Amino acid sequence: MANVTLRNVRKTYPGGFEAIKGVNVDVGDGQFCVLVGPSGCGKSTLLRMVAGLETVTGGEIDIGGRVVNQVEPADRDIAMVFQNYALYPHMSVFNNMAYGLRNRGMKEAEIKTRVGEAARVLELTSMLERKPRQLSGGQRQRVAMGRAIVRQPKVFLFDEPLSNLDAKLRIAMRVEIRKLQRRLSTTSIYVTHDQLEAMTLADILVVMNGGQVEQIGNPLAVYEKPATTFVASFIGAPPMNLMSIRADEIKSQLGSAGEAGILGIRPEDFVITDQTPSGGVALPLTVEAIERVGAETFIYGSRAQDEQRVAATPGELPPGEVIVRIPGSEAPPIGQKIRVAAVRAKLHLFSGDGRTRIEA
Amino acid sequence: MQKQAIFQSKLLPYALVAPQLAIVLIFFYWPALQAVIQSFLLQDAFGLSTSFIWFENYTELLSDPAYFETIVRTFLFSFAIAASSLSVALLLAVMADKPMRGGAIYRTLLIWPYAVAPPVVGVLWVFMLHPSLGVLSRYLRAAGIEWNPLLDGNQAATLVILAAAWKQISYNFLFFLAGLAAIPKSVLEAAAIDGARPMRRFWTVTFPLLSPTIFFLLVVNIVYAFFDTFGIIDTMTRGGPGKSTETLVYKVYNDGLIGGNLGSSAAQSVILMVMVIVLTGIQFRFVERKVTY
Repeated sequence: MANVTLRNVRKTYPGGFEAIKGVNVDVGDGQFCVLVGPSGCGKSTLLRMVAGLETVTGGEIDIGGRVVNQVEPADRDIAMVFQNYALYPHMSVFNNMAYGLRNRGMKEAEIKTRVGEAARVLELTSMLERKPRQLSGGQRQRVAMGRAIVRQPKVFLFDEPLSNLDAKLRIAMRVEIRKLQRRLSTTSIYVTHDQLEAMTLADILVVMNGGQVEQIGNPLAVYEKPATTFVASFIGAPPMNLMSIRADEIKSQLGSAGEAGILGIRPEDFVITDQTPSGGVALPLTVEAIERVGAETFIYGSRAQDEQRVAATPGELPPGEVIVRIPGSEAPPIGQKIRVAAVRAKLHLFSGDGRTRIEA
Repeated sequence: MQKQAIFQSKLLPYALVAPQLAIVLIFFYWPALQAVIQSFLLQDAFGLSTSFIWFENYTELLSDPAYFETIVRTFLFSFAIAASSLSVALLLAVMADKPMRGGAIYRTLLIWPYAVAPPVVGVLWVFMLHPSLGVLSRYLRAAGIEWNPLLDGNQAATLVILAAAWKQISYNFLFFLAGLAAIPKSVLEAAAIDGARPMRRFWTVTFPLLSPTIFFLLVVNIVYAFFDTFGIIDTMTRGGPGKSTETLVYKVYNDGLIGGNLGSSAAQSVILMVMVIVLTGIQFRFVERKVTY
């Protein structure tokens, strides 16, 4: 049991490339922290720095009140689940799980109890004598989990553990991991590029981009109040609709003073209506494509041309593509002109460079 | 997916493999057959008369204690050469596997000795360790060691083993390097997190995962030590002093070409042939099963 604190952590490679540009994160005891971002954003590097597999070139990593920058991975009291599971191919499932315990000089009887318990929880009891190559992907994943939990470490580290599984298994394992973590209440840091995984697992969500933290917070808070346009478009699928808006449009349509910026509206915040809510916005759209997924439908629409905009009613926006998400499977036919609107409370306004959220 | 090529004519495929088959037949099977025939014959010293004596060459050989000494000596040589070249190569490969500046140059240099012909290797080591000319001999003597491989059989044997092992290190190094590269880095990282120190990591993870490579190289090295050391022995010691560096292959040459006993020499080479067939057979069986881990 421990909290993990990253203080202005940096990583600069010998070539001068800055992979991590000063990251501050505080993960409380027993919390589940998810690092999410596009590939190359430095999230895996950051995790490997916490594990001790990459050196820290600046700042401090603190696990349970101890700065571990110079501490060997073995002495950090952490366990890690790798993307490719990294099981020992020449050892049986039992020995894979027992290896870390034996290295620490634990008694065989105690090892047997612990591995047996972990195998029971992970439903691996009948496979303890098998070699990793005789297991399916999902079973290997569970062995990797088992290897982590038998150690009863202070911190679990997960490096995209589900990305090698098929979609169905991934969802099942996601729930399993969450349940397991809740039960053991072990502090966890989890890296993924899947925003859905991030949203569903996290107590604290850390959105990273280009070696920097874009936003930290409760997943729903991040979803509802994205701090930057990057977060706005990365968290949520389909992504938030972003469109530039001029100063005079802000004034005339939203009734507030401000410089030109970017307006964001989530697809589900639109309704198809002829009304324009007061203080809200309305867009005329031509339906270009429809995606029906059963419970909901995505409408891909293109906004009207510039000349039409001059004549448009107040509350309409510049042209571009807009995604609208509506419940059910009823949708207007392709080519039809529709009008969608969103209320004031559902609008997100960002500065022109997208780096700042403007609360208006 | 069509994997087999289909020929219109039945003769064409045979015609295509014919040159290769001709080479194998003329240069491998024909001499082998000759050796088998010769091993049943007895020639007088001048080669004027030849008589068929069935297995007498073999029975004579197998009842000769000197021949058994040579067999034992050859096996000792082989294992000494294989063990020393494998362990040194493994050590070098493990060190070269680490990321470092100039690693590529270091690795390339380590492969060079393999390109040196065996007799040249022999000459090289003779010059370094010759009792009166050798560069290293001076230091050995300065250190109080009576170094004279020309008189001392054990020293001569050491010298041959040293030279033969040195030459084979490069080959082994190359395979070990490839074997090490095939071990996923994350497995070693997992072991590090699991609390295994570098030495323990090597013995419990790296070494077992290298075992197929090690086994393959062991057989290759033994076969090498059996046959390809001829050039080294011939330039360094000519089997002497006494018979202290005479291996089975060198004895074939000594008895046949120098001693003129073609029948016995042929019988010896047939026995050698059988040994190699057995070794290769073992290797194929194990390679197929991939030395399970």
